[in-house]
Amino acid sequence: MNPQAIAQNVIFGLFVGGNYGVAAAGLSLVFGVLRVLNVAHGELLMLGGYVSFWLFTLAGVDPFVSVLLSAPVLFAVGLGLHRGLFVYVERLEEETRIKNSLLVSFGLGLVLQNLAQWAWTADERSVNTAYAGGSAIAFGLVFPYTRLASLALGCLAIVLLDQVLRRTFLGKAIRATAEDWRAAALAGIDIRRTYLLTFGIGAALAGIAGSLVSIGSTVAPTLGAAWTLKALVVIVLAGMGSIFGAFLAGLLLGAAEAISTLFFGSTYREVVGLVLFLLVLLIRPQGLFGRGSR
Amino acid sequence: MLTVTGLAADYGDVRAVWDVSLEVAAGEIVALIGPNGAGKTTLMHCLAGLHRPSAGSIDFDGAALHTLAPHHIVERGLVLVPEGRHIFASMRVLENLEIGAFSARARRERHATLRWVYEIFPILKERRDQVAGTLSGGQQQMLAIGRALMGLPRILLLDEPSLGLAPLVVRDIFAVLRSINARGLTVVLVEQNARQALQLANRAYILEQGRVVGQGSGAALLADVSVQRAYLGLVTA
Repeated sequence: MNPQAIAQNVIFGLFVGGNYGVAAAGLSLVFGVLRVLNVAHGELLMLGGYVSFWLFTLAGVDPFVSVLLSAPVLFAVGLGLHRGLFVYVERLEEETRIKNSLLVSFGLGLVLQNLAQWAWTADERSVNTAYAGGSAIAFGLVFPYTRLASLALGCLAIVLLDQVLRRTFLGKAIRATAEDWRAAALAGIDIRRTYLLTFGIGAALAGIAGSLVSIGSTVAPTLGAAWTLKALVVIVLAGMGSIFGAFLAGLLLGAAEAISTLFFGSTYREVVGLVLFLLVLLIRPQGLFGRGSR
Repeated sequence: MLTVTGLAADYGDVRAVWDVSLEVAAGEIVALIGPNGAGKTTLMHCLAGLHRPSAGSIDFDGAALHTLAPHHIVERGLVLVPEGRHIFASMRVLENLEIGAFSARARRERHATLRWVYEIFPILKERRDQVAGTLSGGQQQMLAIGRALMGLPRILLLDEPSLGLAPLVVRDIFAVLRSINARGLTVVLVEQNARQALQLANRAYILEQGRVVGQGSGAALLADVSVQRAYLGLVTA
């Protein structure tokens, strides 16, 4: 096996992994703050993909521009879903809340999937821009421009999110609520509003990831479950409480899958993530970048 | 200033607070003493909006508090320092304090309030960039009180501020409470450390099994034989 081929695989793995990272960051944020495990996160990502597909096909909007639209559109969808659905789960005690959120969001995922099938048919769709074929070549390795730009956008989204969480009053409210919601409420933070906005931000990240997926790959109504699974694997790899950790773990999973394809063929690609998932749970249950148990 | 009338609170089928009425006047220090499980913390949680009372009312300067969410209660100037401190351990000291000034009213004044809090607790200024979880227990209690003061309370509630702290640290914290009270802040204090609480307080209520079973001035209760026997560990001949 030549090192060139390995390096090329790793690079493509990282490009895919960037999307894993963005998807996982949203799911991790929502779970960390609301203690709601939204397994329909992948379906929100799917909707983000269709936003880009639609804008491109109907209005000729460049997918890198439509990212700027799919984020606010999915933010609004997130607010609506929280108001209409998850707010009822939120009133439960923490343990029941996690269990019920799984059931509720599983149902939501099915509904969204079927709505998408009704609206856009079951065909696999993709966004093919005129410049899609172009690549940069460095050290004998191929770097497609669209993939490079996707990864850069993903990084940018994560850095922005991190800055919002660190510097703004809203970000501090979100972090405080994640750490101790009672203490946050006693400090004067409106917990309901924080939950609402956090859910919206999580959905917006799914939207961004979905648009990025539509650029490099195809979108179909059944896409969601696979992405939720990837995001869950990434969260376990990363551990809770670190947005950058989730992004890095996403890159890591992408690279690991790509390398494994070289050795075991693509049949076992999905297995790699799950094996990593089990190994991390056995050896380092707090995750690679986690802060340990609380 | 604060009037609680006929308050009852339940956890599921278990009633923790029965028909409690009490009154706090502006400028007072009022202590609530009583054994474990007397309902003191539940009462505090009702006042701060963390627990909905099943019956009764809470009136704060003419406004009903018992139907408001916690952040609206903070906005009106009633701030609770919870039992066990509940600082944000992974965040820096300064961030903890900033979050204390989250309500719109307090946020406008936060720079001035921060200087005041640093004056009261110079150690917090020294440690402002330190991660709060690495502070000692006493410093964490100071941070919890400092964070509450950042909310510009008109009435400050403290639930067991002496819990798990060394006697010298407790003395410092009680001295701080005395001095901020002297500057006009009304204080309500829940304590198992009855002696120090009664020494500090103008008036006190005794809670047992969810009911008010006694009240009086701090000094009178300190001198009361049954209180001495039950709460002060004194055996009289």
